[in-house]
Amino acid sequence: MNLFDILGPVMVGPSSSHTAGAVRIGRMARRLLGEGTPQAAKITLSGSFAATGQGHGTDRALVAGLLGMQTDDARIPVSFAIAKECGMRCTFARKNLSGEHPNTAKLELTGKSGKSLSMIASSLGGGRIMVVEMNGLRVSFSGDLPTLIVQNRDQPGHVRDVSGVLAAGGVNIATLHLYRDYPGGSAVMIIETDKTVPEESLDTLRAIRGITGVTFVSAETGMMPVASPTKISES
Amino acid sequence: MAIESLAALTEAGKHEDLFDVIVRSDCVDRGVTPGESIAQMTALYGAIRRAQEGYDAGLRSHSGMVGGDGARMRAYASSGRTICGEYIGSVLAQALEMGESNACMKCIVAAPTAGSCGVLPAVLLPYQQREGLSDTEMVPAMYVAGAIGQVIAQKASIAGAAGGCQAEIGTASAMGAAALCYLAGGSAEAVCHAAAMAIKSLLGLVCDPIAGLVEVPCVKRNAAGAMIAMSSADLALAGIRSAVPPDEVIDAMREVGDKMDVSLRETGLGGMAATPFGQAVSEKMNSTEP
Repeated sequence: MNLFDILGPVMVGPSSSHTAGAVRIGRMARRLLGEGTPQAAKITLSGSFAATGQGHGTDRALVAGLLGMQTDDARIPVSFAIAKECGMRCTFARKNLSGEHPNTAKLELTGKSGKSLSMIASSLGGGRIMVVEMNGLRVSFSGDLPTLIVQNRDQPGHVRDVSGVLAAGGVNIATLHLYRDYPGGSAVMIIETDKTVPEESLDTLRAIRGITGVTFVSAETGMMPVASPTKISES
Repeated sequence: MAIESLAALTEAGKHEDLFDVIVRSDCVDRGVTPGESIAQMTALYGAIRRAQEGYDAGLRSHSGMVGGDGARMRAYASSGRTICGEYIGSVLAQALEMGESNACMKCIVAAPTAGSCGVLPAVLLPYQQREGLSDTEMVPAMYVAGAIGQVIAQKASIAGAAGGCQAEIGTASAMGAAALCYLAGGSAEAVCHAAAMAIKSLLGLVCDPIAGLVEVPCVKRNAAGAMIAMSSADLALAGIRSAVPPDEVIDAMREVGDKMDVSLRETGLGGMAATPFGQAVSEKMNSTEP
């Protein structure tokens, strides 16, 4: 852990895992949807999030994150009222998502364009989070580093395409993970990089046949728009 | 690279000020410049000052168990009738205020966790006021506190779910002891022994929050952690050393955490949470959830 994992985050209490981590989960889902504040959000609380979430403000924290707030935003306690003003409909359910980390939530979002996103993420402690499922595919990324998410058909050559475009753009790959539902089905690449992926590189990727979605989540500056918002499999 | 042990920190501190050692370590760790690192730490200290000012004695926590005690302690501290004296009274008040702010969804700085966010401000802010120090003069002590926390996180744990409350309040107290010892002019060796003596005093402390909430006994343990930080710093400054080497103290903390029953590690099942009172609160909370 670095020095500022020990000191910080600056956050609205009471719990780094159940409050600050929940804000970050909501924020990540908003950024992955990529259309600003969602129109509707169905939020499922699992495990300890379900058991003690209300007392820790987990529900309000998730909604605050969906509204784009940071962990230190003084409006987190009143996020429900702000969601109402913004026209974001929120519904809550409690259900144990078996096999998941104790502090886990599932967020199903619908954006203004009708685009949908389903995400399961866990709060690991100290405000750190991990996305473990995206649109039905198992994944694993934290958003601590700039992260490129490429959705593609599961066929030969796409790793070469993506690594080639990143190399040409001068972007070093820190980590690379591949996931798919079945051979020849839908696949997703999660690539953590050491710096921001240039917009031209994203456009180049979007133009490649077989690549159905390109999403870039910067560690600092929020999220760039998704050009081809084709959904990957809903299992 | 992060500092790996208290022995390494002690050794490095023989030749150089600990502040310089730790800033350099942070720069390597995160790929930042010394200026960026210090600016970030200064901003963090500013956030602690704002959190201090944000205390509202009228707020109550979700369960209603927590709120108002910080103001109660502050009034009593200046009454002239306290056992510990006005200065320590203000430390206790600061610890409670920050813990209550956290429980009541106000903005705080986790140090190392939200539940233990009151210890470091409680030992630093009254000291700063008494000694007339600027925020800039307090920042080096934040680095020392952070480095102690880093070593503990690496060798043991700073999460109640993994190591019990000793990992949270125990770590916070060790960080506070080290920071105070450094501010008062203690050597690197004294700083590390102050941290070790704080950990030893809180070794085995369980994490047993009622209804799983960061309220009871968490808030008042911040006051206890701050007191032990001050006593440990004074012992070290007097020239007293931990008989057990500081790194071995942290190793023991890990071993004790590993042996701790899961009911005593932030599950809300043992200790205070398992008392008839604790269970009644838990049942009431569950029945009011939608």
